Amino acid sequence: MPKTLSGDEILQKLMARFPDKVTPKKSPGSTPAHPVIDREHVRPILSFLKSEPELAFNFLADVTAVDYLQLELPEIRERFLVVYQLYSLEHNHRFQVMARVPEGDPRLPSVCDIWASANCGEREAHDMFGIEFEGNPDLRRLLMPEDYPGFPIRKDYPLRGRGERDAFPQYRPGLGTGDIFPEDATGSWSEKANKGSLP
Amino acid sequence: MGIERVFGDKVITTSVQAIATWARKNALWPMPFGTACCAIEMMATLSGRYDMARFGSEVIRFSPRQSDLMIVSGRISIKMMPVLLKIFEQMPEPKWVISMGACASSGGVFDTYTLVQGVDQFLPVHVYIPGCPPRPESLIDAVLKIQEILEGGPLARAPATSSAFAESPSPQGLSPDRPKAGCSQSIAPHAKDPLGG
Amino acid sequence: MSPRQVEEIYRGHAEDPAYQGKHPEPRFFFSEEEEDELGGKKMVLNMGPQHPATHGTLRVLLALDGEKIAAADTEIGFLHTGFEKLAEHMSYHQWITLTDRMNYMSALNNNVGYALAVEELLGLVVPRRAQVLRVILCELSRIGDHVLCAGLQGMDMGAFSLMLWAFERREKLYDIMEAVTGARLTTSYTRIGGLFRDVPPDFAEMVKAFLKNFVPFLGEMEEMTVGNRIFEDRLRGTGKISGEDAMSWGWTGPILRASGVAYDVRKARPYSGYERYDFQVPTQTDGDSWARFIQRIDEMRQSAGIIEQALEDLPDGPVNIENKKVVLPDKTEVFDNIESLIHHFKLIMFGHGAATPRGADVYSATEAPNGELGFYIVSDGDMIPYRIRVRPPSLYNFAVFPRLVQGAMVSDAVAVLSSLNIIAGELDR
Repeated sequence: MPKTLSGDEILQKLMARFPDKVTPKKSPGSTPAHPVIDREHVRPILSFLKSEPELAFNFLADVTAVDYLQLELPEIRERFLVVYQLYSLEHNHRFQVMARVPEGDPRLPSVCDIWASANCGEREAHDMFGIEFEGNPDLRRLLMPEDYPGFPIRKDYPLRGRGERDAFPQYRPGLGTGDIFPEDATGSWSEKANKGSLP
Repeated sequence: MGIERVFGDKVITTSVQAIATWARKNALWPMPFGTACCAIEMMATLSGRYDMARFGSEVIRFSPRQSDLMIVSGRISIKMMPVLLKIFEQMPEPKWVISMGACASSGGVFDTYTLVQGVDQFLPVHVYIPGCPPRPESLIDAVLKIQEILEGGPLARAPATSSAFAESPSPQGLSPDRPKAGCSQSIAPHAKDPLGG
Repeated sequence: MSPRQVEEIYRGHAEDPAYQGKHPEPRFFFSEEEEDELGGKKMVLNMGPQHPATHGTLRVLLALDGEKIAAADTEIGFLHTGFEKLAEHMSYHQWITLTDRMNYMSALNNNVGYALAVEELLGLVVPRRAQVLRVILCELSRIGDHVLCAGLQGMDMGAFSLMLWAFERREKLYDIMEAVTGARLTTSYTRIGGLFRDVPPDFAEMVKAFLKNFVPFLGEMEEMTVGNRIFEDRLRGTGKISGEDAMSWGWTGPILRASGVAYDVRKARPYSGYERYDFQVPTQTDGDSWARFIQRIDEMRQSAGIIEQALEDLPDGPVNIENKKVVLPDKTEVFDNIESLIHHFKLIMFGHGAATPRGADVYSATEAPNGELGFYIVSDGDMIPYRIRVRPPSLYNFAVFPRLVQGAMVSDAVAVLSSLNIIAGELDR
């Protein structure tokens, strides 16, 4: 029987089920309150949100992260906050859950086995912020090159980068691919693949 | 690659030069290196209303080996720049480059860690088209200007590098005295001196 | 330490001298059966970022067993621009111009989605005329995106005429866009609190003339493709995905509806007055590329119906709300009287600007042509956002591509890719 609950009702159910583990972040203005949880409780709480029949959040719309280095809020005590946008296709209600990630030890359990769509969002949060998601089957960088030195959307990373955008060879006739792609200098990538040195 | 290789240095082509220039000019095959929004405007230029095929740029083959005009349309990120260089290196000479739109010419609206602030730091560009995105008429105008550039240089000269790109200190270009972004070296000298004569 | 005050700009090479900008090694996830069958060698084929059949700059690596794809891997990020990082350095008003460079096929949907998100943050409701105009322009831009996707799908299958026809339809749409917004492609039409300016007086006639020619065109398109043996055989059965799998992988938009799940943000969480219009949410049952093609044509029909209803519903009135603390004044007034000049000044100079609540975060989703386009905005009281996150529908739509093409032929990979309508600007941001 589909029944749409409001954000406050869902928050109350969550706080009734997990007392003392959920801190509501009261938002000023017209935005609703969202729960902030610690990373130990991420998997139990999110599994509960998916499996509870009245909530039934079977759709994970987005996983992202925010760097709260320059914004001091009392509910958010750590530097990083990973935000999950949940949606229930059956009951048609939305919910947002936020999990704290400390700066010195940026790891968080992955929720890829609960919702498969978490894979991409976690890869991007890892790429942009450096947060390690334990249990993600494919945690590589998504948008930046593999050996990029830095995590761009952190607040202490400069907007204009650190010179990576100028570090290319200029074209001259006779420029070989070994100069453009250094790994090509000793044989092309597809040659290496076809010789069997890749899995 | 080009009729002058057939004849070599010993023969000066005059009336053949005129015919060869006319043929080359009216059959510029573009290599559309389209990445972002400017690529849509380039596709619109190649479509029915603003038909670029009437100027000879009919064959869009996406193969660098078969083209002589590269149209860099759209923003070039640091992941894409080596790909652009590799594709440009694979084009046979003579070749010309149109840098379409603000992002390809100078980085555009996006002064960020990941966008190359103008491909003219690494490639010789012959015509820049401002706009975000430029209208299809601007692209047609740019192709016509390339045709004018083409007519300018004599055909018998061997392909020469322009002075801005002659001495590159190291293959990666990582020495401190590399030319910086937006310097004037990359703009004027090869406007009349296309690669390949 | 504030990145807005002093930018450290390093010239020269990157801090890490070992940085070379490497591409990642591909990681193929083989299914169990495939690993046993692969006795001999397999070849890795690179459909690289420059390829006629990849729409935009994506890289697809196919591990082939003859002509059959044993496994696939993808690499994206070739168009990564740093929109989200730029949002931390530009004001809310300035970032409107960047929104239409994300999904550049349907720029107005991005504009409207972002404006709605900021208005939700600030608690504003725009006047009715602005809402109805936003609906009309969103649907027009949705038609533009779908018709081009269908045309490009045709081009990838070899029916090049479909692409030329699609571009001709888009040209007619560009005429309307240019008259209303001033630009063909990158419109930047909405503002926080309303629209840039009111539409010209013959807007309704222009749109009606467009629709009068468009609906028969859909019939022509169907006549060319439905029942066409080659076209159907190329697309039927490729890239099949069930509704449950699509939901669990985060699919939204027409491709989810083509797998049978009737989820449309316009019906689930109506915004900007969509609840006033009567339209169906079509679904298909097959979930393959053919179903996705037909789904887009059905949705264009629904969009045409919505536009007609909205044109009847268009009231008179202002297009911007009267809140001088948020809405930019009309440019003619700015040059005429001093109050408007001061309001303009106070809104655009850094250090002044619209007052946003400190510590608020809001996620607002709209139905873009590709799916659910979400904006997650965190504000800190300043006129510059603290963080804007764009939930790109193309990213979640593309993530499951390796599984879709497993076991198919190489040419089916092209068919599947074109049916997903991946816009690289939105995928990489």
